[in-house]
Amino acid sequence: MGLYNFTIKQIENMLHKKEISAEELANLSYEQIDKVDGDIKAFLTLNKENTLEKAKQIDAQGTYDKKLSAIPGAIKDNIVTKGIRTTCASKILANFDDPLYDATVTEKLASEDSLMIGKLNMDEFAMGSSTETSAFQKTVNPWNHDFVPGGSSGGSAAAVAAGEVMFSLGTDTGGSIRQPASFCGIVGMKPTYGLVSRYGLVAFAPSLDQIGPMTRTVEDNARVLEAIAGYDANDSTSSKESIPSYLNALSEDIKGLKIAVPKEFLGEGVSEEVKESVQNALQMFELLGATWEEVSLPHLAYADAAYYLIANGEASSSLARFDGVRFGKRSDNATDMIDMFKQSRTEGFGDEVKRRILMGTTVLTGDNNEAYFRKAQKVRTLIGNDFRSAFEQYDIIIGPTTPTAAFKFNDKIKNPLTMYMSDMLTVPANLAGLPALSVPAGFTETGLPLGLQIIGKHFDEQTVYRAGYAYEKATNHHKKRPERGGA
Amino acid sequence: MAEITKQDMLRTADQARLVLTEEEAQNYAVQLSEILTFTEKINEINMDDVKPTTNGNTIINVLRNDEPKQWDEKGAALENAPEHEDNHFKVPAIMD
Repeated sequence: MGLYNFTIKQIENMLHKKEISAEELANLSYEQIDKVDGDIKAFLTLNKENTLEKAKQIDAQGTYDKKLSAIPGAIKDNIVTKGIRTTCASKILANFDDPLYDATVTEKLASEDSLMIGKLNMDEFAMGSSTETSAFQKTVNPWNHDFVPGGSSGGSAAAVAAGEVMFSLGTDTGGSIRQPASFCGIVGMKPTYGLVSRYGLVAFAPSLDQIGPMTRTVEDNARVLEAIAGYDANDSTSSKESIPSYLNALSEDIKGLKIAVPKEFLGEGVSEEVKESVQNALQMFELLGATWEEVSLPHLAYADAAYYLIANGEASSSLARFDGVRFGKRSDNATDMIDMFKQSRTEGFGDEVKRRILMGTTVLTGDNNEAYFRKAQKVRTLIGNDFRSAFEQYDIIIGPTTPTAAFKFNDKIKNPLTMYMSDMLTVPANLAGLPALSVPAGFTETGLPLGLQIIGKHFDEQTVYRAGYAYEKATNHHKKRPERGGA
Repeated sequence: MAEITKQDMLRTADQARLVLTEEEAQNYAVQLSEILTFTEKINEINMDDVKPTTNGNTIINVLRNDEPKQWDEKGAALENAPEHEDNHFKVPAIMD
């Protein structure tokens, strides 16, 4: 049997009937990794010994009564795991083998008895849209190995798509969960800002970063989010909103649901195949009893520009902590203290990280602060207002997740601006702090997956999941598996 | 239109504690000029009366009580440092 023929709920039933054990599930995961990860290259670190030990404990207890009992999952490598190497796919943290604590999400997954199979590849410090900026390896798209898996959570998406694990955690600053989910044909959720604690997440742009689940089905996704959401005293941006049952919110009945489709989401730069997949999805939503209307959110056209100013400004500040003093790499070639900072950072950071630090420092310094950074923060206000007025009349907003399907290796990496523009449809939800889900929405003629993006009101993950669930149940896109993933 | 020069990049790199070769500085200058020029489309919007948004949501800082807690991992934290001595992080001399 392959892990990716089952949902978490099905595995739960099998565990209760003693048809499978936690140890067998752990082994299935590691067997699939042995079989395919030499090609896929999703994993940076495996956690085999600890996981097999934990699986035995779960079997010895035999109750399987937690939200994620015995479910194999994996974590993006910018989320700290106590005693397990955490690198952010950067040379500067290549030897960070012994983090002192678990991130809150790591701890929550463990307390729900999930199996932490290993740590996943990503763009260095989550800066990128293809996972090509990883200092260690290139993860491939399981659907076609000549294509990128997306990024920055490319390892998280590929591991789920290739059946190596049943879920993964990614992080999303400007689309880094939804875009790779779309490229790899899986489900990815960026929750409302503040819903999931970021304690133990290595910061990129703290006003935008969120952790979220990546899975094969909407139901699995809702279950993982239930496990990781909730207030945390260790994160000052953590919300005290009570967490509803997302699983209970799943229903195929979406009669009367009001959908807005911003025309800015279907404009220039969006491929015909992508537009067609959205039209098909809207027809399906109509058949299910929902209604949709085209609307205009005029400031979305400026979202990518505002995003890169804000994200890189914050990034230049976030990455100041890497100085070769308390953790990470220290250069051997330094002459004095300041030179030690400089040489350590210069040797430790890759090209894209340096570019963003330079851009961020540029837009925060002197007159540029007012001319660029401050203005971008004002655009952010206007984008939030656009969404707010749309949500006065509509329940959800729908559009594509990405302007095109996955691109080939080396297609965009040489031209940073074209890479940045591939995020134009995902960054608005980060700027406005809204929950946004990507669900499989079909395939291109050449067999690459496409994603549909569903954006909801603040803390209304329930409606977003309900719409995604109804659409998934009415379609078959999520049932297809990549042949070369190693089925 | 943003025009970032090689000299700008060398100065910014110094502020950001990075070292660039002349060639790297030149390449970043060209790329950042292009990227910043792209972002200048936001100047099309009149934002005189708009207040900036600095966070991902309207929630304000959620603060916990400031209570002292025991922390026993000083040794382990020092072990993560590239160099340490006598319970301190060790760095190159700041002055002679």
